[in-house]
Amino acid sequence: MAPLEELTAAYFASRDDDSFQSELRDLLKNYAGRPTPLFHAARLTEHCGGARIYLKREDLLHTGAHKINNTIGQVLLARRMNKQRIVAETGAGQHGVATATVCALFGLDCVVYMGAEDMRRQELNVFRMQLLGAEVREVNAGSRTLKDAINEALRDWVTNVNDTYYLLGSALGPHPYPLMVRDYQSVIGREARKQILEHEGRLPDALIACVGGGSNSIGLFHPFLADSTIKMIGVEAGGSGNELGQHAARFNVAGGGRPGVLQGTMSYVLQDNNGQVAATHSISAGLDYPSIGPEHAFLHDAGRVEYVSVSDGDALEAFQLLSKLEGIIPALESAHAVAQAIKTAREMRSDQILVVNLSGRGDKDVNSVREALES
Amino acid sequence: MGRIADAFTSLKREGKKGFIPYITAGDPDLATTEQLLSTIAPYATLIELGVPFSDPMADGPVIQRASERALKHVFGLQDILDTAARARKQIDTPIILFSYYNPLLQFGLKRVAPAAKDAGVDGVLVTDLTPEESGEFEAELHAHGLDMIFLIAPTSTDERLKLVAEHAGGFIYAVSRAGVTGAREKVSEEAEKLVKRMRQFSSLPIAVGFGISNAAQVADVSRYADAVVVGSAIVAEMERCAGDPELVRKVGQFLDGITGCS
Repeated sequence: MAPLEELTAAYFASRDDDSFQSELRDLLKNYAGRPTPLFHAARLTEHCGGARIYLKREDLLHTGAHKINNTIGQVLLARRMNKQRIVAETGAGQHGVATATVCALFGLDCVVYMGAEDMRRQELNVFRMQLLGAEVREVNAGSRTLKDAINEALRDWVTNVNDTYYLLGSALGPHPYPLMVRDYQSVIGREARKQILEHEGRLPDALIACVGGGSNSIGLFHPFLADSTIKMIGVEAGGSGNELGQHAARFNVAGGGRPGVLQGTMSYVLQDNNGQVAATHSISAGLDYPSIGPEHAFLHDAGRVEYVSVSDGDALEAFQLLSKLEGIIPALESAHAVAQAIKTAREMRSDQILVVNLSGRGDKDVNSVREALES
Repeated sequence: MGRIADAFTSLKREGKKGFIPYITAGDPDLATTEQLLSTIAPYATLIELGVPFSDPMADGPVIQRASERALKHVFGLQDILDTAARARKQIDTPIILFSYYNPLLQFGLKRVAPAAKDAGVDGVLVTDLTPEESGEFEAELHAHGLDMIFLIAPTSTDERLKLVAEHAGGFIYAVSRAGVTGAREKVSEEAEKLVKRMRQFSSLPIAVGFGISNAAQVADVSRYADAVVVGSAIVAEMERCAGDPELVRKVGQFLDGITGCS
């Protein structure tokens, strides 16, 4: 607990520190490439024949996903805390790449834990991390995916806590991580809000984002939560079926999760009757996690955000459709949000506005998509 | 007084230090666990019975593998308690459950204490439940005369040690160093400092664990601690003897060696 208390104190101090915030803003702008565009997807809109669809282009950020918003923030925090060594977990590899990138920028030692199954699915990202100077450690415990990588990163952190900073990549884990990651990712929603007002002169009617741990979605949603007329939809991985083990849809009515405690957080957890955490499946490594950020659990129970799931097959279709219609290859994670956007847009009027968070680009996924399409 | 307090009181009277072995319930199956409880009881001041969990984030690879072996069979907390209850007919040694929070939470916090009491369990240690969050469960345990045991670590501030002292029952479990369970060549000097710091705030017995794997280390830690916990070394011995019909006897031999009573 002491390291978490130290982290909490350091985080709040940095939040009130103008020089910290100005360094963060500078890096987000000049290193990561913010602001990202809010793009009117005219052909996708036409294809659906409903609401006007806008894409928040987080895929255009340096390293290709929203993850770097958080890693820049937390690496600055680690430096402020005089930690020279960074450990992180990664699922799809995007958070690992973003962490390795910012560690390279500041000359910090970087160790990334990654499940063996994910290393296979995201081979290219493994090599990218190594090029960036990070050590990627294979995790062979449990399901060999994101959750096991988090366990291993936590073990490393508690063992080397004096010189090591744990850079958690999603809005998960013990306090203050969910809050800190949300704050760093909220730049997505703040920008989108400003941009839609410029484009349309009004706020959107609906927001859609995919939800693994929940960092890109909470980042988009959070600055709009007070606007009660805006509908928000979080999209979970429906995987290959509704049985426990076939999906990562924690809020599914059938075969979904129950409140539980995993990795220092109480939230919805996919688990068996004995409280053993269940295996999950998704075609996208970044959504393949049995629990969900606690703030999402709150928003779900409060009825503020609606959570739905999209199957592997529908995500694959959306992946191809967006590529062909807009010339944008989305990450498989983001393709889940696009698939839902296609459904939702059709149920909306043509004078309504829908903003979809395109959280990452799909270059990392082309091999696994090819495998899936050929099988 | 409960069995835990009695055990430490008689140790003190005899001027002895305690020995606390750990095993994971269901490794490799619950029938073996039942036999092991009887076999290790004569060596033990108290027995820690681990509840296997799919995500044992406080454990090193040895105890992780024990959880994986156990979870090849589907069983729940009640099955573990039934095993303890059968062993309880043979032994009088205190037994505590060493668990992660989720298996207890899913069993039902209100159900755990009475069921554990019925099984002859004397206390519960929850690795991932902090004193700040433990109020409800602690009250349930106390209502049934069970102790709630807490971990402290070298990184714990004095404020945290005080907080633990306010909540802890039975004894206090001092983690010898920052990190997870598992054998180390050397027991950290931090452990002794931690025990000394904790004595300022609590008069409960203090056991030291994590990383203690041989007789020399047990003797060394016994200089300043009231008891020594050995877990991964025993579990590793069980792993070495996997499939051996003599497994239970060999664990007994191993305990002869580590406790110096053969």
